[in-house]
Amino acid sequence: MPAPQPDAELEQIELDLFVQALKRRHGHDFSQYAQASLIRRVRQLVHAHHCGSISALTTRLLHEPDFLTLVIQGLSVPVSEMFRDPPVFSALREHVLPILASYPQITIWQAGCAHGQEVYSLAILLEEAGLYERSHIFATDFNPDALQRAQEGIYPARDAQLWSRNYLLAGGRQSLASYYSARYDFIKLDQRLRRHITFADHNLVTDKVFCEAHLVLCRNVLIYFSNPLQNRTLALFRNSLVRGGHLCLGLRESLDFAPTAVDFTAVDANLRLYRRNSQPSSEEHDEAA
Amino acid sequence: MRRPEAIVIGCSKGGFNALKLLLGALDPQLPQTVLVCCHTASGAGVLAGLLAAHSALPVIEVGERQPASPGIVHVAPGGYHLLLEHDRHFALSVDEPVCFSRPSIDVLFGSAADTYHAALIGVVLTGANRDGADGLGQIRAHGGIAVVQAPVSAEAATMPQAALDIAGADYCLPLEQIAPLLNRLCLT
Repeated sequence: MPAPQPDAELEQIELDLFVQALKRRHGHDFSQYAQASLIRRVRQLVHAHHCGSISALTTRLLHEPDFLTLVIQGLSVPVSEMFRDPPVFSALREHVLPILASYPQITIWQAGCAHGQEVYSLAILLEEAGLYERSHIFATDFNPDALQRAQEGIYPARDAQLWSRNYLLAGGRQSLASYYSARYDFIKLDQRLRRHITFADHNLVTDKVFCEAHLVLCRNVLIYFSNPLQNRTLALFRNSLVRGGHLCLGLRESLDFAPTAVDFTAVDANLRLYRRNSQPSSEEHDEAA
Repeated sequence: MRRPEAIVIGCSKGGFNALKLLLGALDPQLPQTVLVCCHTASGAGVLAGLLAAHSALPVIEVGERQPASPGIVHVAPGGYHLLLEHDRHFALSVDEPVCFSRPSIDVLFGSAADTYHAALIGVVLTGANRDGADGLGQIRAHGGIAVVQAPVSAEAATMPQAALDIAGADYCLPLEQIAPLLNRLCLT
């Protein structure tokens, strides 16, 4: 005899209604997020806020003005490290910075900056290459709370050991500790690192091109998107890059299946580092235009 | 009873040796999709390569958006949670570790239960933490079959013991009897 089973159909209806409420009431569109991770996060929200069901969560989302902030925090789960995947930062240092150095002004867009670990890693990279004074980094996220945290640059001290190791593996020239001060259980990054970073609200699902970048970094964001949204986002990156500009994705993400793949050449396919072709392809894809 | 469509296996400390033995004793004709989550310091690419030398079925490391294919052992990549979409394609996530682990067995088991419902067998092998116990509970809640390595026979007893305590099991067997059980459940 089969055991009584969770009602998958009912849960799907509740999830669809929750997503619709979030979109219609608050303008946040999660309808093109990949479902497996989304349902897991929504269930965590239900559990964390003792809602009992997704429907109860939806009710609070619709009727309690302050609840949106908690929902967005729960749905964005910003987890990262400084110099995460050190070989990627080594490759940026070796292959991309020398090309960036040829521009009088350098524009970089980091999409989905979460708590800022990666954007500060970039700033350190540029600083050590002597390029930071003529660089500007746009660090964007759709989660205002994450942006706030990113600007503060304060992190748990327990993370510092791993990050220091990453930094050295990535070819760091000093000690990571020279970029932060430690106090009690926290480290605070040197505020000077912030001087060429603009933190801004940008939603990859709904917003458009806003800069002409020489490098776009977007790592471990696309894995949460459905295929059509991945394709749209990659086209958005293509349109945001100068010809010959670089694109850096997460180690498990791929450009290969997207229509815009024809517009790029791999610099290091294993590290998901690509370069926009200098010549346009016969048909550039314009989902994001 | 509905014939299982997938087998999902979780292990940690001692897991590589256990997987070698188990995968080596599976029937090469198994038509089920096999999913493996093993906490390991080395990358899954390394693990998949090593296991392939011992497995009766082909072993691959999972890539994002790949389909979960019948008759193939899919190994979760290191550093990412592995999940399944309803269309039986894989998805990855860097959400926070569960039980200090990413990939987490709980995450994979839970997602597999959402996808395969009762047509799933969950297997918890040797390991030194309690990851997998909640996931096995979800598999049972969906009507799937729970198999746990007998803790006394495990290199590390914590994981199978936690699974027994929290989820319970339909079968609790020494390692060498698990592959024959799976062959029987899957081929008859």
